[in-house]
Amino acid sequence: MAKVVALMSAVIWGSGQVANKQYVKGLFFFLIQMLMVGIELGTGTLRLILGQVPPHPRHAGMFTEGIWGIITLGTIPRETAAVRVFDHSTMLMLSGLLAISILVAFSVFYIWNIRDAYRTRKDMERGAHRDSVRTWIKKLMYDSFEYIAIAPGLAFVVLFSVIPILFAFLVAFTNYNMHNIPPRHLVEWVGFATFIEVINNPLWNQTLLRVGAWTVAWAFGATFFAFAVGFMQAILVNSKLVRYPKFWRGMFILPWAVPALVSQMLFRNFFVTHGVVNRILLDIGLINYPIVFFASAGWSRAVLLIVQTWLGFAWFMVMITGVMTTLNPEIYEAASIDGAGPWQQFKRLTLPTIFAAISPLLIMGVAGNFNNFGIVYFVTEGGPRNPAMFFAGDTDLLITWVYRLTLDNRMYNFASVMSTFIFIVIASVSVWNLRRTRAFKEE
Amino acid sequence: MQRKKSFNLGRFMAWLGVHINLVIMAIIVLYPVLWLIGSALNPIRGTPGAVMADNFGPIPIPRTLTLANFQRLFYEHDFGLWYRNSLIIAVINTVGTVIVHTFMGFVFARLQFRGRKSGLLAIMVLNMFPSFLAMVAIYSIFLTFGWLNNIYVLPLIYIGGGIPGTMWLMRGYMLNIPKSLDEAAYMDGASKMQVFTKVIFPLSKPIIIFVGFNAFMGPWMDFIFPRLLLRSSENFTIAIGLFNLSNPGDAAWDITAFTAGALIIAVPFSIVFFVFQRYFALGIAAGANKGE
Repeated sequence: MAKVVALMSAVIWGSGQVANKQYVKGLFFFLIQMLMVGIELGTGTLRLILGQVPPHPRHAGMFTEGIWGIITLGTIPRETAAVRVFDHSTMLMLSGLLAISILVAFSVFYIWNIRDAYRTRKDMERGAHRDSVRTWIKKLMYDSFEYIAIAPGLAFVVLFSVIPILFAFLVAFTNYNMHNIPPRHLVEWVGFATFIEVINNPLWNQTLLRVGAWTVAWAFGATFFAFAVGFMQAILVNSKLVRYPKFWRGMFILPWAVPALVSQMLFRNFFVTHGVVNRILLDIGLINYPIVFFASAGWSRAVLLIVQTWLGFAWFMVMITGVMTTLNPEIYEAASIDGAGPWQQFKRLTLPTIFAAISPLLIMGVAGNFNNFGIVYFVTEGGPRNPAMFFAGDTDLLITWVYRLTLDNRMYNFASVMSTFIFIVIASVSVWNLRRTRAFKEE
Repeated sequence: MQRKKSFNLGRFMAWLGVHINLVIMAIIVLYPVLWLIGSALNPIRGTPGAVMADNFGPIPIPRTLTLANFQRLFYEHDFGLWYRNSLIIAVINTVGTVIVHTFMGFVFARLQFRGRKSGLLAIMVLNMFPSFLAMVAIYSIFLTFGWLNNIYVLPLIYIGGGIPGTMWLMRGYMLNIPKSLDEAAYMDGASKMQVFTKVIFPLSKPIIIFVGFNAFMGPWMDFIFPRLLLRSSENFTIAIGLFNLSNPGDAAWDITAFTAGALIIAVPFSIVFFVFQRYFALGIAAGANKGE
């Protein structure tokens, strides 16, 4: 009997509850179903039934249209402005994702409705105690607080994180790029064709490899330089020779008052051909002609390293100073009693302690530089352009390359493929890191 | 052993070497900052090299001081509008972030409900996706809903995109508030909402201020999304405006106006940072303490 009631609820929501003589509950579920059907009817299906529009899923309500749309991505392109009825492929894909998300939300109620009918009937058959309507409502209000409280956040996450990520992932399997811009053209599902193109076309895979290699080299190199300079300054400022360490440290962290973005934009103007650096070098007489920094790959990369070191070394200096204050002087005394000279003390005591404490920061630094959009975009704009690479310059990092593939070159499907590759790398590193810290914690 | 008072050449050389290094570093570090300030008052309008013609050699102090750059910023460029737009975005983002994220942090930190574990896991996975991966999609969403070039909708991205990170921070902080406080409140017949407003919210004020502060400061210097979604100059934010002023490839390239604008932003920034300093250590501590 319980299965029959469940089946009733599966067809008409709440009908099983009515059969269980729970009329209020039945009405509650029925209204939710009506809401869903109402949305579908109101957004088009009603007109379709009344014959006001041609019988085609394109004109149906948002759920039918969305699901049809995400499967087919449309059938009629708007080749000329005269075409009145047309399909906009990316909008269809988006409405499909939206429709599916809303249907998922409804399905939670749907499953709840079926299970509730089934369980209540089981309880009735066993003769167990049943809550009155009032208690049920009270309980419902109490239990649903969590869900109501996170509902706005959830909606934001779905709309601005989940759907975009799914969309980006799906675009990798289409031919959506500057040659197929809707609504003039239709976008089509092409399976793994774009992935295969990236892997097989030497221009694409060479670009990916070269940009990827530079990104990795940059992430480590930039972090290393900032760390090395910061380390050196920390040692010097804290040495016994310096009278006012606080004064010097204060000087070095003064640039923090300027937002990084502003500093990066300023440095671009320092290194342009008619910029500040060339002017000073000319005035001193070191050079006779201005150096065109941004025309050469080597200079551009050197400029990026210099600017990043300028921006980042003080942070490492402060952190290392913090570690150095925790060094225990007694250990040093013991070491000198055992006959260790200053250099040995430094090598055997100071360095290992600092490295142990700083290594998580170094990892953070590498991760940050891996996606350091600002420095490349604001200082070199990825340049100089390299004709041997697709839409990339010699200083482009993966992130700036993908950004320009999207914004300037409209190679959306390729940008999505690259993003997918990057994500796989980042996710595996993150998972590895997470497991490592977990294991670390359990020790 | 008695300390030698006499002149020690080796020690002096070491002292000199260290101090030469420190002075050179200080010059390298401070020069761009001084140049920024000097150029904001420099009357020349041209390439950065040309601007220096009015300086005392390489020293970034102009011979004649002027406020024309600041004037030009407001009359020739739309700095006032950019400022207003950034302010609107920052305020909406702060209000939205504080409301939405505090609630989520509270629910995930203090309440037990079905789907809690999987919700946390999902948020953790979402956190791994860099936001720029979704750029194409966000652009399409804005296009579909007709939101392009709309500064009132832009903050929604920040609110939504910030949830994985910020909510986690809030939750980490709230986990450290003793559970006995909630239990006592429930004993006295408080509802979940009352526990939130009367117990958790007041005790979480430091982290809420930290999160709200970040939400307010973030949009000023964010470039990626405004550039992607805002099209016309009257809708630009400060970051885009300054980028165009500083870009040698842009028609609006005006380095002295740029430095003036940068100064207008940097001064309140540093004051605010100084005032809110004590909350930063706290935010970092809460972030470090996010384990289950």
